[in-house]
Amino acid sequence: MTTQEVGRPRRRKEDARLLTGRTQWTDNLSRPGTLHVMFLRSPMAHARITRVDVSGARGLPGVVAAFSGQDFEAEQGSLPCAWPRSGDTVVPDHPPMAVSEVRYVGEAVACVVATDRYRAADALEAIEVDYEQLPAVLDMNEALGDSSARVHESGNRAFTYRTTSGDLDAAFRDAPVVIDRTFVQQRLIPSAMEPRAVLCDTDGDSFTMWTSTQIPHILRTMLALVTGVAEHKLRVVAPDVGGGFGSKLQVTAEEVLCLLLARKLGKPVKWAESRSEGNLTVHHGRDQIQHLRLAADADGRIRGLQVELLADMGAYLVLLTPAVPLLGAQMFNAIYKMDAYEFACTGVFTTKMPTDAYRGAGRPEATFGIERMMDELAAELRMDPLEVRRRNWIRHEEFPFTTISGLTYDSGNYEAATERAMALFGYDKLRAEQNDRRDRGDPVQLGIGVSTYTEMCGLGPSRWFGDNNAGAGGWEHGSVRVLPTGKVEVVTGSSPHGQGHVTAWSQIVADALGVPFEDVTVLHGDTAISPKGLDTYGSRSLTIGGIAVLKACDKVRDKARKLAAHVLECSPDDLEFEAGAFTVRGTGSQKSIQELALAAFAAHDLPEGVEARLDSDVTFDPENFSFPHGTHLCAVEVDTDTGMVKIRSYVAVDDVGKVVNPLIVDGQLHGGIAQGIAQALFEEAVYDADGNLLTATMADYLLPSAADLPDFALDRTESPATSNPLGVKGVGEAGTIASTPAVVNAIVDALRPRGVVDVQMPCTPERVWRALEGARR
Amino acid sequence: MPRITVTVDGIQYEEDVEPRLLLVHLLRERLGKTGTPIGCDTSNCGACTVMIDGKSAKSCSVLAVQADGCDVVTIEGLGANGSLHPMQQAFHEEHALQCGYCTPGMVMAAIDLLRDDPDPSEETIRQGLEGNLCRCTGYCNIVRAVRRGAQEMGQAVRTP
Ligand code: FES
Ligand code: FES
Repeated sequence: MTTQEVGRPRRRKEDARLLTGRTQWTDNLSRPGTLHVMFLRSPMAHARITRVDVSGARGLPGVVAAFSGQDFEAEQGSLPCAWPRSGDTVVPDHPPMAVSEVRYVGEAVACVVATDRYRAADALEAIEVDYEQLPAVLDMNEALGDSSARVHESGNRAFTYRTTSGDLDAAFRDAPVVIDRTFVQQRLIPSAMEPRAVLCDTDGDSFTMWTSTQIPHILRTMLALVTGVAEHKLRVVAPDVGGGFGSKLQVTAEEVLCLLLARKLGKPVKWAESRSEGNLTVHHGRDQIQHLRLAADADGRIRGLQVELLADMGAYLVLLTPAVPLLGAQMFNAIYKMDAYEFACTGVFTTKMPTDAYRGAGRPEATFGIERMMDELAAELRMDPLEVRRRNWIRHEEFPFTTISGLTYDSGNYEAATERAMALFGYDKLRAEQNDRRDRGDPVQLGIGVSTYTEMCGLGPSRWFGDNNAGAGGWEHGSVRVLPTGKVEVVTGSSPHGQGHVTAWSQIVADALGVPFEDVTVLHGDTAISPKGLDTYGSRSLTIGGIAVLKACDKVRDKARKLAAHVLECSPDDLEFEAGAFTVRGTGSQKSIQELALAAFAAHDLPEGVEARLDSDVTFDPENFSFPHGTHLCAVEVDTDTGMVKIRSYVAVDDVGKVVNPLIVDGQLHGGIAQGIAQALFEEAVYDADGNLLTATMADYLLPSAADLPDFALDRTESPATSNPLGVKGVGEAGTIASTPAVVNAIVDALRPRGVVDVQMPCTPERVWRALEGARR
Repeated sequence: MPRITVTVDGIQYEEDVEPRLLLVHLLRERLGKTGTPIGCDTSNCGACTVMIDGKSAKSCSVLAVQADGCDVVTIEGLGANGSLHPMQQAFHEEHALQCGYCTPGMVMAAIDLLRDDPDPSEETIRQGLEGNLCRCTGYCNIVRAVRRGAQEMGQAVRTP
């Protein structure tokens, strides 16, 4: 008997190299004669470029070339936006290197190619640029006014999107309770620990690019479209990638320009960003103003929800910019039933770095909005926040359930997750302590924050992408090859950057083929090795990529069964497959998958219609999204004298369907929760009135350290997904989505008796203190 | 250009270096020691942490000339004869790494913090790792790994 691998806390195969420094981060790689590229970046948020003179750089020691945007004008194309979801989306021209106008601080205006990075940095200082300053556009509301300066000729409105279901007027008419709130989702910098890097080599007419990307496959196609380099002459490799969180889900200016430079110079070129360059130029996340109105009955039942969003696009639309806030269109209603729902969003251009996907992409923003509103509703009705949720959520027996925004949730059990979370948290005891502290007038108040979330994971059904104006579908590819020696090689189109695909996929394959876990290896992230794929984002890796691999195993087994029947001279139906071998029922004669692989390789005697080698190739396209959910509870202590917030305990009970590797699932949740807490308490990208980024380094942009965070208590419930045969739901974004509102709800809960109804994120001591002062007045 | 002598992972090197050359660049680009990565330019992230004469230091904030005559150990020089150092092993056991970018620096910082306190509490570990940022793990498993590493390095862990 082989042990079941799926569900086992397997230590990762990936770790050994990472622990010993035998890594292949892009910046570790080089080709003989590699030249180093550096970019000169705009110090102004908005300006006309009247002159760029790179000649001063050209003669300097070690400098091979220097170029301005003008030098690339004819060949650099426009960076792509692949998902203009709203039909009226305006997609402005977006040159990788600015030619006549800059629209955010950090936009590249010139570049130097030199023998090493120190010489390149020296030479940048010799480039002269004259700017004619134009007004910066920073505030979304002002940007939409008639008197605002324009970011683009076409104006500052990128799109307007609206969708309604049910009768909203009726829902609000005579509603006993109406809650009206405005929340701000601050701008964030994703901050993967590995800065971006690109190395591009050429042998004349073909190119290989190593790049720190989440999307080697999409990138290859896009680079071909943008630059005119033939797609079949371009190989993209994502070697070890040090985190992404959406920030490496992009077709970047630097990737395009490195390709053009390798072509121009016929030499390998490398660019590696510094962190301060990265903070300016890695796309940012979030940045929305949410105006929400909620109508409810006196017993807490929701009648209607109206959502009005302003979403900051930044200066351009990069790969998914306009689609990100619209992922919230079907998520603001969350797990709740209601009679009417309206979602409207306006995308706004400003002179800042473009926004795009950041962990959760549109769904954390939506979950934050609705979960804050549920707490406000509870407060209005003087009801327990969990009770208000209970009165509105979809009950366990109602699944599958089609929501008011048109998604069909296949499975879930909000009651079970909530009960378990409350028990683990000690909910009643903490409420008692809270009351006690309130009664005593303790300067340190206790707050309890609740968040019951769901998300649409496993992006996604290709048909849905098509219906929603996306440039591509959402399938994924997997192939499985049983090698002549019986070892198994798996190729996945999903390109990991820390999620442990090699280990999880090995577990799936080990079970499906009855082979040892150790006998499986997984290849990925290189378009020459894994030619088909749509990569990793949106918690789609396991739910789509993992399933493609599982289905490829099924196909291999079918082929092996035919071969076994032929060799054992029986009907395929007489064979039983167990522990990696086919056995003729009742006789005991058998053939192992390894023996069959050898026979299929030798191919001396194959049955009619069976080709040599035991391998298969599958793409999987899910019929629906998956919908993980959970209940997160957070207790905070707020010092009302100083505004200091301390997280006292954090409990998360998540339902991510079937679990392949509990270690990896917990790890993903830990990291996600930390990122969500960081949004609530620490992080914010801040621009000054002239459009300079004040948080351009890690000294100014506050990422939490181990000392800033508590331990998290995790538990799980399990409602298998019905949209895939493993029943998995995805986990990468769950923690981030759930934790931000849990923390802010806790802070507001602590201070509500003192009249505080909201604190804007990040809830720094100063903000909390000011909220208290404001309420006192 | 000044000439320096530096021992890295047991091998002595003699190098002519520009005075402004950072130790991390000497390691990565001249000596091929790419196991030590760079995560920032303000010495905030700790990714580049190595041991210099037995004490952890951020190699991005040390000039190569300052390392003249020093003994430097990087993640590639840790562990003996191809086996993992107990702290590396503990990180593996506790799933204390995801993308692994912060890991070499974390392991170095973790080993160093045990010099001051071989039996650290969770609080001490969290404080001790304050200069090393990880964006993937949320630190829970890193903290567990350091306690386990301490245990396995032959120290009894104080019961909290
Ligand atoms: S690279 Fe040295 S501390 Fe960040
Ligand atoms: S494991 Fe990715 S940064 Fe720590």
